[in-house]
Amino acid sequence: MKQLLSLAATLALTTAFAAPYAQAEEPKKGGTLVMAIQQTPRHLNPAVQSGTATGQPGTQLFAAPLRYDEGWNPQPYLAESWEIAHDELSVTLNLVKGATFHDGKPITSEDVAFSIKTVQENHPFKSMFAPVEKVETPNEHTAILRLSKPHPALMLAMSSQLLSIIPKHIYGDGEDPKSHPRNGDNVVGSGPFKFVEYKKDQHIILERNDDFFIEGRPYLDKIVMRVMKDGSARTIALESGELHMSGFEQDPLNLVRLKKNDDLTVSGKGYGAIGPINWLAFNTQADGPTSDPIVRKAIAYAVDTNFMLKALMRGTTGPAKTGIHPDSPFYDDTVEDYALDLDKANKLLDDAGYKKGSDGMRFKLTVDYGWPTVKPPAEYMKPALKKIGIDVTVRASADFPTWSKRISNHEFDMTIDNVFNWGDPVIGVHRTYSSQNIKKGVIWSNTQQYSNARVDELMELAGATNDQELRKKYYAEFQHILADELPLYPLFPSPYHTISSKKVGNAPDSIWGTSHPLDQVYIK
Amino acid sequence: MGLWKAIAIRIGYGLLLLLAVLVLNFTLISIAPGDIADSIAGDMGGADAEVIAEIRERYGLNEPFYIQLWKYMSGVFRFDLGYSYFFNVPVTEIVLERLPATLLLVFSAQILAIVLGTILGVLAAKNPRGFLNTIVTFLALFGFAAPVFWTGILLIITFVSIFPIFPVGGMRDVTVEGGFFIETLDLLYHLVLPMITLASIYLALYSRLARASMQEVLGADYVRTARAKGVPERTVLYKHALKNALGPVITVAGLQFASVISGAVVVETVFSWPGLGTLALQSILARDTPTIMGILFFSSLVVIVFNILTDIALRLVDPRIKTG
Repeated sequence: MKQLLSLAATLALTTAFAAPYAQAEEPKKGGTLVMAIQQTPRHLNPAVQSGTATGQPGTQLFAAPLRYDEGWNPQPYLAESWEIAHDELSVTLNLVKGATFHDGKPITSEDVAFSIKTVQENHPFKSMFAPVEKVETPNEHTAILRLSKPHPALMLAMSSQLLSIIPKHIYGDGEDPKSHPRNGDNVVGSGPFKFVEYKKDQHIILERNDDFFIEGRPYLDKIVMRVMKDGSARTIALESGELHMSGFEQDPLNLVRLKKNDDLTVSGKGYGAIGPINWLAFNTQADGPTSDPIVRKAIAYAVDTNFMLKALMRGTTGPAKTGIHPDSPFYDDTVEDYALDLDKANKLLDDAGYKKGSDGMRFKLTVDYGWPTVKPPAEYMKPALKKIGIDVTVRASADFPTWSKRISNHEFDMTIDNVFNWGDPVIGVHRTYSSQNIKKGVIWSNTQQYSNARVDELMELAGATNDQELRKKYYAEFQHILADELPLYPLFPSPYHTISSKKVGNAPDSIWGTSHPLDQVYIK
Repeated sequence: MGLWKAIAIRIGYGLLLLLAVLVLNFTLISIAPGDIADSIAGDMGGADAEVIAEIRERYGLNEPFYIQLWKYMSGVFRFDLGYSYFFNVPVTEIVLERLPATLLLVFSAQILAIVLGTILGVLAAKNPRGFLNTIVTFLALFGFAAPVFWTGILLIITFVSIFPIFPVGGMRDVTVEGGFFIETLDLLYHLVLPMITLASIYLALYSRLARASMQEVLGADYVRTARAKGVPERTVLYKHALKNALGPVITVAGLQFASVISGAVVVETVFSWPGLGTLALQSILARDTPTIMGILFFSSLVVIVFNILTDIALRLVDPRIKTG
């Protein structure tokens, strides 16, 4: 709370736009950056569509009130300063003066109010702006957000792709913003780059916004985002120089190979706010043994995370002991980490009365996985759990919707899953554990069907104060309870990496990966 | 008259087939587990329950199957293929945008396979124990045995990674600018590897077929007569014999057309070729029913049209074929 207030009150423009990068040389102007995106975005308007496929072009087209440096500190962007009231029930944004949309019309507080309303009504993450009751616009450059309760996630929710400032005069024409024709064509944004062309499954072309509200930026003339779904094709294109940059790369074999290339920089920094964590989720309400916390503990003791990190992930990522990303300020690494201990695991099961049969097996379980990158950890469960007498069947799904249907309808024992933190725990972490969020048919709700009154209470408390130290305390207790009851056993963060050619200066390393304005990137 | 009647009958059958394709596939897709709401949520990194409920409501996924089918089919009868749930644009628009890329790939690969396959087959037939015959046998084995995606990846490794001659994928390099001529060259440059990959399967088939029918024809009486009266060997081969030997190749090429389109799905995915194949894959994974149906509609249409054209071509090459 104190840090936020002091930061907010005194930020001057000069310090405001200081680059959060260690700059060794003067950035050069001009040039075209060719980068890859791995999926075809449905459209380019992040106000009504989440996900990094839309976020990567979306953050170039649209500016947000804030941006973040790599130390999780909010920086001014479209809001040159901001203030949180002492009762924490209102936040005032002071917008940059003279900022315009790509069609030349001024960006006003009306547009901010409209954007927040659009996100509230259409974005899939309702928790981001749920406590915002109204947005007042006393003048063109001031927007005051009135809150029903203190809302610590608000700052992160106003950065990167989560709050794109969209023009009211275009999207406020009465058409449904979700299917607005200007979402994917002839986009008028507020960000550093302007829309030129979007060909589905081919490319997105963006060009420099000469009237961008930060003087002298962006440095690049043009960005070409090529849709390349195949990981080996992207690897070869990076090696041959056909691509300058690719974000969200996570295949361990390709990463190891690319790291050896002297012309490329391979950086795992900067995905903390995306916060992707792989875990082994349990159906805590299953008819079978996974409803017994002792069984879940025994499984955790039998799974060798170190082996997975070394053999499956090839050292491209580290451990995640809890469901909060290790880069997050709220991560608590003092929780029980269930280091490999087969004797203990066997003893736990013996004592709980799960006797081994004549074949050495105690009971059967299934483990699901929904997409290729999580196949290795799923397959690893079979030999690992065999050692403690659990006969595991690995259940593959033909594609994502098949898996999603099984898991969201709670028809599973265990599954490997990968869930994103999306900035503040209020947005991406609470949904996994809240007993209010056990919702059949909804993937990435509390599909473990876990409920604990104290955990609910801690999330409530941590979600209603801006006091960072207090929040850390609440989340520490939260993580300790979860480590003890194990509705899921966290394995490791996805090894997201940004690969960039040595020709690229200032490759993004903030907390949002490449879903971040590329106005400081340049070609050497 | 006979020809027109035959074509009319063919068109009638074609329309019935189209109807069957649509009903059958709509049913199959609706049996697949999961729906567009799951895939949109997956694409977005999760969504709140109310958002998912709204998606299901909006696309009528809560209605019983027969009502969904009826709504879709009645749309088709009004020439309305519906909206893509995933991309929020009319299906006709998105499919027609992709169709040219696929047709370019399919036709160029077919032509390459037919021309090269026929030449190889003829040469091999002329010299049954020669070196070329061995090559054709090898090609036939290899082309049939090697999975097409593997051939594609092998070509990428060889000609992109080891010898950087060709681009890794895509249809155009947007950083290359210039007039129509330069851009067409760029397109052809991107076309080479996917075309060869797709042609590889059919090259084997056509060369074997051409060799077999050529060998048969070369043993016929009229060929012996032609040779006996002193017609040059070239003329015997390419004028007398080949015309008769081409029949089976054309028939099979027509029949194969459907499978070339399905082969294109794989090749397009390997080479990021922005045609119907990549769109089909994405729509299936996304459970975007209207788009999948639109792709099936147009590709069935293309296959039916092509089958009719094959019929006509056969009649032109061999006047003995009358109404069938």
